[in-house]
Amino acid sequence: MTLTSDRLGDRQKLSYIAGQAADARLNLELETEGMTLNIGPQHPATHGTLRIVARLDGEQVVWAEPSCGYMHRGYEKLTEVRTYPQVTTLVNRIDWLGSFANEVPFILAAEKLMGVEAPSRAQWIRTILFELSRIANVSLFLGDLGVQLGAITPVFLAFRDREYVLNLIESATGGRFHPNFDRIGGLKDDLPAGFIDETKAVMKKLRNFCDEIERLLFGNEIFQSRTRGIGIIPRGIALQYGLSGPNLRASGVDWDLRRDQDIAMAWNKVNFKVWTHPDGDSFARCWIRLQETREATLIVDQLLDGLPSGPVMAKVPKIIKVPEGEAWVSTENPLGEMGYYVVSRGDLGPFRVKIRSASFNNISITPWLLRGVYVPDIITILASLYFILGDIDR
Amino acid sequence: MSQLSSTTDTTPPVIVDEIRQKLAASIRTTLGDAVLDVFIKPGDDIWVRVRTESWRDAVQKLRDALGFEYFCFLSAIDWMPSPYGRGEDDPTEPPPERDTTIRSGYAGGETRMQVFVRLVNFASRIGVTVKVDVADEMPSIASIADVFGGANWHERETHEMFGIDFVGHPDLRNIYLPIDFEGHPLRKDFPLLARMVKPWPGIVDVEPLPGGDVGEDEASA
Repeated sequence: MTLTSDRLGDRQKLSYIAGQAADARLNLELETEGMTLNIGPQHPATHGTLRIVARLDGEQVVWAEPSCGYMHRGYEKLTEVRTYPQVTTLVNRIDWLGSFANEVPFILAAEKLMGVEAPSRAQWIRTILFELSRIANVSLFLGDLGVQLGAITPVFLAFRDREYVLNLIESATGGRFHPNFDRIGGLKDDLPAGFIDETKAVMKKLRNFCDEIERLLFGNEIFQSRTRGIGIIPRGIALQYGLSGPNLRASGVDWDLRRDQDIAMAWNKVNFKVWTHPDGDSFARCWIRLQETREATLIVDQLLDGLPSGPVMAKVPKIIKVPEGEAWVSTENPLGEMGYYVVSRGDLGPFRVKIRSASFNNISITPWLLRGVYVPDIITILASLYFILGDIDR
Repeated sequence: MSQLSSTTDTTPPVIVDEIRQKLAASIRTTLGDAVLDVFIKPGDDIWVRVRTESWRDAVQKLRDALGFEYFCFLSAIDWMPSPYGRGEDDPTEPPPERDTTIRSGYAGGETRMQVFVRLVNFASRIGVTVKVDVADEMPSIASIADVFGGANWHERETHEMFGIDFVGHPDLRNIYLPIDFEGHPLRKDFPLLARMVKPWPGIVDVEPLPGGDVGEDEASA
């Protein structure tokens, strides 16, 4: 908790803002000529292909705009010609680092329309796999963060330890990246033998990984001075831009869909802390993710202890027709709030699916946020917002 | 969420959702005659349809007076059933007759396309879906990008996908599609070209799964 103590953060914030103001004045006096800087489409700070066009005045950004669409795959249109079970294959590929978590809200929305509820064992296993995909996703973020600041070591640690989690997901579902394991009414299969013991061992390793990263990166002076007080998002702005997940909680909003909504998953059966941070800067966003990864390993441990027995599939017809209606279900995915607005016409497939992905909202704040920052801070701010291009472009 | 597995043979009790009914009443009093319809699904969600001309005002009042300060998303629905069905027609046969009557969803509607936005009140942990009709000819609606900054990109996306004009939006450039792209892909009358150039392989009945009744076991498990 020493890292949250605010003294240092405030001072750095103030000196940063003062520096920005001084530079702006200087630029005004010297009448510097602007230039346009193009970052990307290929850049290590972007998980995918995103181009950022920044108009610069000296070292400062006057105007910046991300240019998306390099990975637009038209999933919303494609869902209209797919049956409900087929849609999970598509949505797996939205946030490809935490694929299982993408399937869950869609399946829950279909189940809500059908009036089906998965058996409790299936709900618990869903929650376990959900949290495992969160760990796999965010641990890569923690490693990647170092690379973007010039530290190479964390990424090796991250890839090493994420592998254990991917192996677990593979042992249960058969797929490392795209499990496609969730079914309407439950799950495809039960957990394999030995899964519980192995998972517990891996969770211990992941907690060690979190400690390692915390010491290696978060305690590092360079890391702190490059992230503290930079890219500050106030609470009100975060809310009106629809930021979600760790980005929202880093702005001091105590909101977590795992805790704050009644949903047919097992989160309300376990105890966990929702971490928030008052600063709203890049450091806060990274720090929240670190804490959440550790918290997720504890959630998985608790779920494994209390895993109920029973079937993993409810009674559903072989050919799934979803009754007419509209449903909205969203869950707290690794990147933030991910939801599906499903409109059904009693057909084999959905009539319209609106996919609300976390990164689209999280990245839409960048034109506001990047105004006035220095060029090297663009990278740390983008890294701390943490988006995945598949999740923006869908 | 009972510990029992789900059963469908029990009749669900009639749930009265007092919180949402109270909310519906306060929405009606706050927005006045801007509200055209309110639909409540007990224990689930609430839908509100507002007048087109008071769309921006209604959203602003929801934020300022009723505490819906979190912008979740904005999008649109084209309620006309697709003339191409699911793109699974046999190209050698004449196209089948399709029902293309427009039926609106919850909270009703009078036009082919509707814009809807989802807002959340963190204090009461309740979200609301607000719908609004947009005219069939030259669909346009007031922009809410100055009420919720996050609506900016969502309106750009809706503009290129549905061809709905957001009046007062600062910059309606395409987000995803090339500048010279013609048509609006998420409209139902926009054909899915992948299904046009190559017929759907599922026209031929697929052979039964190996193992025969594996699915049966799954269903009865």
